Amino acid sequence: MLRLEARPTPSRTMTLAAPLLALALTILTGALLFAGLGHAPGPALYHFFIGPLSDRYGLAELGVKAAPLVLIALGLSLGFRAGIWNIGAEGQLIAGAICGGGFALAVYPAEGPWVLPLMLFAAAAGGMAWAALPALLRVWRNTNEILTSLMLVYVASLLLRLLMNGVLRDPDGFSFPESRLLPDGTLLPIILAETRLHLGAILALAAALAVWVLARHTLVGFQIKVAGLAPNAARYAGFNHNRLIWLTFMISGGLAGLAGVGEVAGPMGQLVPEVSPGYGFTAIIVAFLGRLHPAGIVLAGLVVALSYLGGENAQINAGLPLAVTGVFQGLLLFFLLACDVLIQYRPRLNGPRWRNKR
Amino acid sequence: MTALLTLHETTKSYGQVCANDRVSLTLNAGEVHALLGENGAGKSTLVKTICGLVQPDSGTMTWRGEPTALPGPAAARALGIGVVFQHFSLFEALTVTENIALGLDDGHANTDLTERIERLSSRYGLTLNAKAIVGDLSVGERQRVEIVRALMQDPALLVLDEPTSVLTPQEVEALAATLRQLADEGRGILYISHKLSEIRHLCDRVTVLRGGKVVAEADPKTTSPEALAELMVGQRLPQPKRASSLSPNAPVRLVIDHLSQAPNPFSPTGLHNVSLSVQAGEVLGIAGVAGNGQNALLAALSGEVLAGSAGTIILDQQPIGHIHPQGRRTRGLAYVPPERLGTGAVPELDLTDNALLSTYRRLAFAVRGLLQPGKVAHFASNVVERFDVRSAGISARASSLSGGNLQKFIVGREILQTPKLLVAAHPTWGVDAGAAAAIHQALLDLATEGACIIIVSEDLDELLMLADRIAVLCDGRLSAPIPVTEADATTLGMLMAGEPVDAAA
Repeated sequence: MLRLEARPTPSRTMTLAAPLLALALTILTGALLFAGLGHAPGPALYHFFIGPLSDRYGLAELGVKAAPLVLIALGLSLGFRAGIWNIGAEGQLIAGAICGGGFALAVYPAEGPWVLPLMLFAAAAGGMAWAALPALLRVWRNTNEILTSLMLVYVASLLLRLLMNGVLRDPDGFSFPESRLLPDGTLLPIILAETRLHLGAILALAAALAVWVLARHTLVGFQIKVAGLAPNAARYAGFNHNRLIWLTFMISGGLAGLAGVGEVAGPMGQLVPEVSPGYGFTAIIVAFLGRLHPAGIVLAGLVVALSYLGGENAQINAGLPLAVTGVFQGLLLFFLLACDVLIQYRPRLNGPRWRNKR
Repeated sequence: MTALLTLHETTKSYGQVCANDRVSLTLNAGEVHALLGENGAGKSTLVKTICGLVQPDSGTMTWRGEPTALPGPAAARALGIGVVFQHFSLFEALTVTENIALGLDDGHANTDLTERIERLSSRYGLTLNAKAIVGDLSVGERQRVEIVRALMQDPALLVLDEPTSVLTPQEVEALAATLRQLADEGRGILYISHKLSEIRHLCDRVTVLRGGKVVAEADPKTTSPEALAELMVGQRLPQPKRASSLSPNAPVRLVIDHLSQAPNPFSPTGLHNVSLSVQAGEVLGIAGVAGNGQNALLAALSGEVLAGSAGTIILDQQPIGHIHPQGRRTRGLAYVPPERLGTGAVPELDLTDNALLSTYRRLAFAVRGLLQPGKVAHFASNVVERFDVRSAGISARASSLSGGNLQKFIVGREILQTPKLLVAAHPTWGVDAGAAAAIHQALLDLATEGACIIIVSEDLDELLMLADRIAVLCDGRLSAPIPVTEADATTLGMLMAGEPVDAAA
């Protein structure tokens, strides 16, 4: 029987190389998958991985998709390091989109320079408020934050749909469940001409720097690290675990809220019922693929963003189903987790191993 | 005398570490054979080899003269090898009979089995109520369940792994009689321990392991304890010395006033009206069998569990019962917790980060939330240097240090904060003798400087050596402290077992 034996010292090189290995295995499996679907693997892979990046617009789109992923994953990584599992970033993203977009619609048609900062503020506050529910339940009643944060995603999604069919619907929109188009002055500025790349990408990089400083150079970062690695040591040191729960939920909720308004005031330009293609969930993959490290998360965000673009491009140019995007993201996480298991453990065949040296 | 089990040059390595290096051992019928060695000497690996849990890399075994192999625990049981492990494997919710039935190949918990258990236990003086729920039994009684379970198989060879580390002196005495009786019936007994006095008292022959190798075989009755200790440790160790004795009019630094704690998952006994006062420069020992409220007392002293009212714990006239751990540390508390890896130190972090763990408030290693890495590294190097922590430097992970070196690091980290009160739980548990001697000396030096020290330990020898007074925890209640000059193993043993001690005796 096959069993796993813990390795005495997991290889540090392999720990860093595992994301690359997982990526290589994903590409290999993808090639087999394409072949199985009756497509020549070479061109299909080209359309998936290279095609989207062949021009300036494609590169900018990569940034557009990566920005929300990176923003959310950065926040999640802090909680994950501390062993606090916010799985509901998608809900916090939607709450941020509702609050940020809702603010712009509430002051419509105002579009002065004061509107956008307040939209961002409202979005962060909305994400935090949505994240406060599982945090409060955890601190107050010790509920499982994985369940509560996840379930609140569906509440947020239905709330958005309710609003889209109600008060936030465009009065001149022929009953389509969409809001008015936001005035130009309330949209995030474009930072690369003739593309959709907006200020959100800069925000994401700034957040990466901030999270790095927090994790590396502050007492709170140290407390997060210890709480995740050795909860008993955190109790011994006297760290306030409830404070860490609040802090990580507020940071991850706030960043997810910003990612939400980034969609509304960025590529969408209005509130719609499907404000995100699952960025909040995909960011979990990004966080782990990036090894919960800010620099890793930025790189991982770009890779995973490519899977969104690649899926669309492969659908248009090679006739592959769009579901390939989800399959690739799933494969990537699967291979990464498998690599991690093999870094920590070594497979052994069970059986008597009694040898006589004579 | 007939040989039961013979090991010939068995070797077992884990990665780079050679746990057993060409170990040869002969266990005879009718003999109590001791296996002596420090933690990490390879005793556990050898025991696991003998009971079939570990397969050696090389070497041979014979059973009653026939070559044999033990591919698994079932094979060892079939030959007639019974084992009583250090850590009990009993289901607390089941009765004694049900627990024993689970260990038998064809066991059913019926009245027949109950009678067999009671016959067996009375025959060997192992008082046991077969119908009792294991959760209600004391540690000593649980061990008797384990021994009876092993005896149900009628083993020719009985292996006991550190059987006395949790027993009161009286229980040790009773166990000695049982073992003698078993040996006289022609059974072989392998007795694993690191306690010299017991081995001299109980055993006919002793094999000493050091660094995975057999370094000596001796007759414990004719070899002096000093000689045995030297064989076990490999060097002569200094006895810890107190620079000056405790002054009787030293001021009281710590007062505990009617401290109680409800039973909780971490301490099923809780605490009942514990009161105590400790003077400056005094070392107070707290003895007791594990699970009698030690965890509750440690949590209450460290601040991990807050006391009901502030005045319950008073340090230097300041009530601290309501203050959280870091607040207590800034007021002069230092604490060496019972677990090194995972509580006292984070295994995955380096020594610099681990130096920060308990010090950041008292030594101001965080200024407005920002860490001061230079200062922390300086402090960590200081601990490593002053306490002779053998490591690959302050960037070595805590998990890479040996138990003794990590414990020296933790004790050093706490002592170099110049505490007013140091609470140390099992400060030398599982630590090699050299490190233990260094830790003992450091504790006494701290007391000489005027701090008060509370040592919670299951090791009576350690407390008798270091403490000025010893109090005993039993079932969440603390006895009145006894001056160490008047304390002896018998009195302490009765207190540990919860029996009333006649004041006149």
